Amino acid sequence: MSEAIERIQSAIRSNKIQVFMKGTRSFPQCGFSAATVQILEELGVPFGTTDVLADPELREEIKRYSDWPTIPQVYVDGKFVGGCDIIRELYESGELQTLVKNAVGQGAQQ
Amino acid sequence: MDAKEVESLIRQGIPDAHVEVRDTTGGGDHFEALIVSTVFEGKGLVERHQTVYKALGDAMRVRVHALSLKTLTPTQYENRR
Repeated sequence: MSEAIERIQSAIRSNKIQVFMKGTRSFPQCGFSAATVQILEELGVPFGTTDVLADPELREEIKRYSDWPTIPQVYVDGKFVGGCDIIRELYESGELQTLVKNAVGQGAQQ
Repeated sequence: MDAKEVESLIRQGIPDAHVEVRDTTGGGDHFEALIVSTVFEGKGLVERHQTVYKALGDAMRVRVHALSLKTLTPTQYENRR
């Protein structure tokens, strides 16, 4: 197993909600990553981020990991949920709120 | 790459699809697409987008920088109008 896969798995294990993005949470380097972070901040839930621009090996590996060619990628409870469009659509329908609250709630009970 | 080319690649991959593609910046690498097809029935959003990405193949990895997708079944499309 490549080390990049281990870094991906470690990130999605450590954070109930994990975003692989371009740039950092404070300084996103792409509009789609910025929009995704903004939605999660709006929900007021804790989430981890990994800057793929700082890790070229991970940037390539993450595309294979979920058979998804674009960044950002959001994982909840270790499961791939989608990129920017899907996050936006789930947010607008209210499904994202339920999904993340269930994930974070489970964490609080454990 | 122009919007027509993106449209035709998607149609090749999803033959029954109604496809509308717009070049959002005029630069030939940022697009948004509306795709309506029966193949999306019973599929979640992740699987729907993966179907479109597969149709685009290498173009998605190399020539398209950004593609914003809206994937609907014919029923969903009718309900939106």
